[in-house]
Amino acid sequence: MSMPQVFFAYLAGMITVLSLLVVTRKNPVHSVLWMLVMFLHIAALYLSLNAEFLAAIQIIVYAGAILVLFLFVIMLLNLRKEETEKRFQNQWPFSVGVGVVLAIFSVSIVGKITVIAPLGQYTVEAVRSEGSVMTIGKVLYTDFLLPFEIASLLLLVAIVGAVVLAKRRLE
Amino acid sequence: MVPLNWYIVLSAIVFSIGVFGFLSRRNLIIIFMSIELMLNSVNISLVAFSHYLQSMRGQMLVFFVITVAAAEAAIGLAILIAFYRNKPTVKVDEINLLKG
Repeated sequence: MSMPQVFFAYLAGMITVLSLLVVTRKNPVHSVLWMLVMFLHIAALYLSLNAEFLAAIQIIVYAGAILVLFLFVIMLLNLRKEETEKRFQNQWPFSVGVGVVLAIFSVSIVGKITVIAPLGQYTVEAVRSEGSVMTIGKVLYTDFLLPFEIASLLLLVAIVGAVVLAKRRLE
Repeated sequence: MVPLNWYIVLSAIVFSIGVFGFLSRRNLIIIFMSIELMLNSVNISLVAFSHYLQSMRGQMLVFFVITVAAAEAAIGLAILIAFYRNKPTVKVDEINLLKG
């Protein structure tokens, strides 16, 4: 195995183990902390795929904002009593079956595909000569301008919605 | 050079783990985290396709997926807090106020 393959194998193994830890820990704070480690590994995976901007966004937005939000909510709600109760629902063997069957099916299908498509103009050298952020910025503000504006509207709706929902009483 | 299939297989495995967590856990917060897990697995395959097809569309899509994930987490947790005032529990099998 070459060096990138060893690097990928390490990251893939860690991501799989860490995501299993996330869904099986009893204490939600432990789940959030394992998820933080998993996001750092996913960011490293993005770096190996020449997506530096997304690696930074992954750490800033996912690890920095979303996970802190989860931690805040867990600490706001007093969940001491619930930690002693059972963590899985009664039908959990069925869920294991669904997960295993889905994994076997999807791995056996997508593990064999070969993708044949016209290659785009953004080769590794082209992106590297201009910088990942500048390339993404140019595409974002030309071809994807309308989705970008819609995303800003979506975030505005999320801000207003979160304030309205979490407020105690509306006057 | 790492084959493209490896990334897709990793993405499929992580997605399946997310589905398992979504279906089996009782804690609503962990169910939200399983959704984030599934979104992340899709992001991995999108970035891999973007790299191997030398296109920027995959990375753009991941950018918007992260935006939607942030909005979804904020709204979902706000709903959770609003519900917790009515009935102090986060167990999905005890959330049955609308049951007839």
